[in-house]
Order: sequence, then structure tokens, then C-alpha cells
Amino acid sequence: MRRLKSLLYSQRLAPYVFIAPFVIVFLVFFLYPIASTIIMSFQRVVPGQTSFIGIDNYRKMWNNSFLTALKNSAVYMVCTCVILIPVPMVLAVMLNSKKMPAKGFFRSMLFLPALVCVVVAGITFRLIFGERPGALMNSLLAAFGAEPVKWLGGPVRWTTMFALVILCCWRWMGVNTMYYLSALQSIPEDLYESAELDGAGAWQRFRHISVPLVRPTTIYVLTISIYGGLAMFVESRMLFANTEVGNQALTIVGYLYRVGIRKMNYGLGSAIGIFLLVLTLAVNLIQLILTGFFRKE
Amino acid sequence: MDTVRKNRKFSGAGAAMLLLFTVITAVTLLPFICIFLASFRPGNEIMSYGLGLNLDFSRMNLDNYHMLFFGENQNYFLYFFNSLKYTFLQTVLTLFFSSFVAYGFAMYDFRGKTLLFGLVLLMMTTAVEILMLPLFLEMQKIGLYGSMWAVILPQLTAPLPVFFFRQYLIGLPKDYLDAARVDGCTEYGIFFRIILPLMQPSFAAMGIFVGMNSWNSFVLPVLLLSQENRTLSVFLETLLSPYKNYYDILIVGAVFSVIPIVILFALFQRHFIAGMTAGGIKG
Repeated sequence: MRRLKSLLYSQRLAPYVFIAPFVIVFLVFFLYPIASTIIMSFQRVVPGQTSFIGIDNYRKMWNNSFLTALKNSAVYMVCTCVILIPVPMVLAVMLNSKKMPAKGFFRSMLFLPALVCVVVAGITFRLIFGERPGALMNSLLAAFGAEPVKWLGGPVRWTTMFALVILCCWRWMGVNTMYYLSALQSIPEDLYESAELDGAGAWQRFRHISVPLVRPTTIYVLTISIYGGLAMFVESRMLFANTEVGNQALTIVGYLYRVGIRKMNYGLGSAIGIFLLVLTLAVNLIQLILTGFFRKE
Repeated sequence: MDTVRKNRKFSGAGAAMLLLFTVITAVTLLPFICIFLASFRPGNEIMSYGLGLNLDFSRMNLDNYHMLFFGENQNYFLYFFNSLKYTFLQTVLTLFFSSFVAYGFAMYDFRGKTLLFGLVLLMMTTAVEILMLPLFLEMQKIGLYGSMWAVILPQLTAPLPVFFFRQYLIGLPKDYLDAARVDGCTEYGIFFRIILPLMQPSFAAMGIFVGMNSWNSFVLPVLLLSQENRTLSVFLETLLSPYKNYYDILIVGAVFSVIPIVILFALFQRHFIAGMTAGGIKG
């Protein structure tokens, strides 16, 4: 007993005690769920008579709903990455500029949407994008003399995606700007000053100093935007009030939820989950290779 | 002459940015203003006219707020306190366990460290939505389904706080440790008596990060909590039912759920921004 205690307190064993909680959580709530999904994805899961059915689930997966979901998630992910990286970068450069007035105020204002949970944001945007003429978006259209539009699930396909992307931009613009701002603030001032002395204009300083030096932030934001974009689910669920009218806003996780949890087809749901996991890791791996994350500096 | 021109240019660029950011701020605030105004109007009006910038003050009243506090509020405050309880438990436990684990990663060299830390990063880049189905089934199997622990336990050592605390601890000098060991302090004593107090600034940032995420969390709670343990966000979503109209309580309830956070934000802005952007800090 005393030997056990002294072993437990030894400098050799202590690190393992410290990381034990992580190892337990990882095994029980990460590795086990993933392993069980992999197994279930090759099974027909029926209580009492679960059987292996090979790759049938993966074959059945490729139906029209799934392809729509895949397309929606991909379009959403690409749109959010294309907007939510360059725009915050430029906004952060401005917020970091000495010429910018009332920095602190604007920083707080931009950040406000990050305080709101996705449910409250979703409810608000669902109503703003309502089909009534008095809803904010339609009253904006009316100000330009246009007819009201049925934004969500309406006849024009892109309006639904537009609403989702706007919601995402509203929520994350401020946070991403703060990421870039904190990165920019760590760039030494004299770098810009000496570039200016050498005759570099604002664009050249942005292009050749700011952009390369905030690259770690860009990689981080890109990584989370890719997995967040591909795994988007709650936003579309909120905008459609949990109804499943058509597939206009169906995403991969939305389809996983419908098949796996609503219809309790665990096998097919698992196959979709594994597909999404592999897709996310693959896209991110390619991205990390292209952005040179693994290159030794 | 030269300085004058420089000053004019200075104010020109400044004015342009001021204009741009004023527009951006207005657009950012618009949804807040709309929903806030709507909380003073009857829900069926919002339904028939749509949510917009309707500034008809004669039609505004406090009926919704009266209903929220004294009327048929669909048990709003039960769920409000559930959210408080969940946020408190999750934040305290996650901060404790994550800093404990981070200390192990930051201060020791041991076999398998690189691999294990790689697993932390792997968890960081895997969306919880992917694990939805197996976690749902696992919690049913082990009998945690419905309880708050089903949501708390998987996030006990959340990857981002572990990562953040580790960065923070690596920056601390290690001389203390050997001095403390010479004085007869045990490995755990060092952590509890010396390191934890030193980590206070990082606790403020991470406390806000974890607290905000817990208060606003939706995916795991909606999946795993039983009806009586529901948190506020899950409850609010159930009000958005296509079959019944709860818009009065939905809108005022949504507004009221944001107010505490906005007040806290006004008081601790610096910590909020530091906490919420902690992931972007690289070392």
C-alpha cells in the first residue's frame, strides 16, 4: 500500500495521473463512439437481431436527399470560407490602423452577435427572412421597389442558402475579426514603418506583411470553418422550425439526424457519420498541406 | 505644408473607415433591435406582419414581460435555472479537469506525449455533430441519457481549454517546481498550491469561453437531455413549433436569455474577447 502510494506520487507516474482524465474522456466519449459508429455502419441494427450487411449502408446512402444535403453543406462551407476569411482580415487591419477612430467601440459592436446562442439567432433570422411584406428583408426590398420574396424554402433556390450564409456571417464576422486583430497586434510596428520608408503602399504592406504574418490565424480559421461548415445543422433546423418541407436546407448532419435519430436507422445514420468524418478530415488535411501547415519553417 | 497635407489625408482615411464601420455596426445591430422591439408587441402581430423595424410605439406594451414573469410562461424559469446550473457545473468542472490535464502536458516529458497531444488536436477538429448518433446510443446504454451528466462528461477535458492552458503553462518558469520539490512538496501539491493560483488570468478567459459555450450550447443538450433537465436554448426551440403559437413567450424569452450575457459583456469586455478568441492565439 505504501509502495503504491509512493509510486503514485513519484515524478515518473505523476504525468500519467495528470493526463488520465483526458485519456478516459477520449476513450469513453470519443474513441468508443467512433468505433461503434464504424461497426454500426456495416450493420443492420435491429434490437435482438443485429446483423452485418457489408457495405450496403454505404451503397444505400447515395440517394437524392443525401446528394442534396452534400451539395448544400459544400456550398455553405465554401461560401462561408470565401467571405469569413478575407473580410475579417481587412476589417481587422482597419481596426488595427492608427487612423481608425473609436476602435474599442466598434470592436465591441462587431463582437455582440457572438454572445447570442444559435437558437436565439436562428429565431430572429427566421422572422427577419419571413415571407410577410413587413419582415425586415422584405421591407428592405420594398424600399427599392421590389416585390416581397419567400426567402426560406421559396421558389428561388438560392434565397434559402443566402439566408443561411447571412446568418453565419452575422454570427462569426466579429469573432473572426478578433482572431485577426489579436494576430495583427503581435506584428511589430517597425516592420510596417521600415516598409513605408522603402516606399511600400498600403496595399503592398497588407499583401507582403500582414497577410503572410497572420497565416497561422488563417489556417486556424480555415480549419474551423471547414469542419463547422460541413457539420452545419442547427442553423438550417432553426430557420425551418424543425419542419422538413423539401430538402432546400438539408445538410449532411440534418440528414444524419433525420435518418439516424428520427427514423432510428442506426446503420445508415452511422454510415453518413463516418462519411462526414472522413470528408472533414480529408478536406482539412488537403487544406493544411496546401497552406503549408506541415512545412517546417 | 507637408504636415497639413498629411493631416488631411489622415482624416480622409479615418472618415472613410468611420463611415464603413458605422454601416457595419448598424447592420450588426439591426437583428438585435428588431427582436428587442418585437418583445414589446403581441406575438400574433409579429406573425401576421413579419419581424421588422416597426417603430409604432403606441402599439408597444409590457404584456409579454408581464407574462414572462407572472403569467403562463411555460415554465420558462425552470429552464432558465437549468441553464444556470448546467453552465455552472460544466464551467467549474471543465476548467478544473482541463487545467489538470494541461499541467501534465506542459510540465512533464513522458512516453507517448506527442501522440496523446495529437489526439487533443484531433478532437479539436472533429465536430460534435458527427458523434451525435453514437453518443446518443451510448448514453442510453450506460444509463446517463436524460441527465445533465450526459452533456457534461464528454466535455470534461475539452480540447480547446486543454490547449489554451498548456500554452499558458509553458510560458511559466519551471524553476519554482524544483524549488518546491526540494521543499518536500508532492507533484500534486505543486499543482494545487503553486500552479493553480498562478493560472488565474487564464481561468478568467477560459471561464468565459466555456461558460458562454455552455449557456449557448444546443446540439448535445437537445440530443441528450430529458424534458425536465432541458436547458433554455432547447426549451426555446420547442416553442418554435409549427403546430402551436407560442410567439409571445418565445420572443420575450429569447430576448431575456440574452440580456444577462450582454450585461456581463459590458462589464468584462476585455476578458470576453480574450476568452472567445483564445483558439486563435498561437505560440
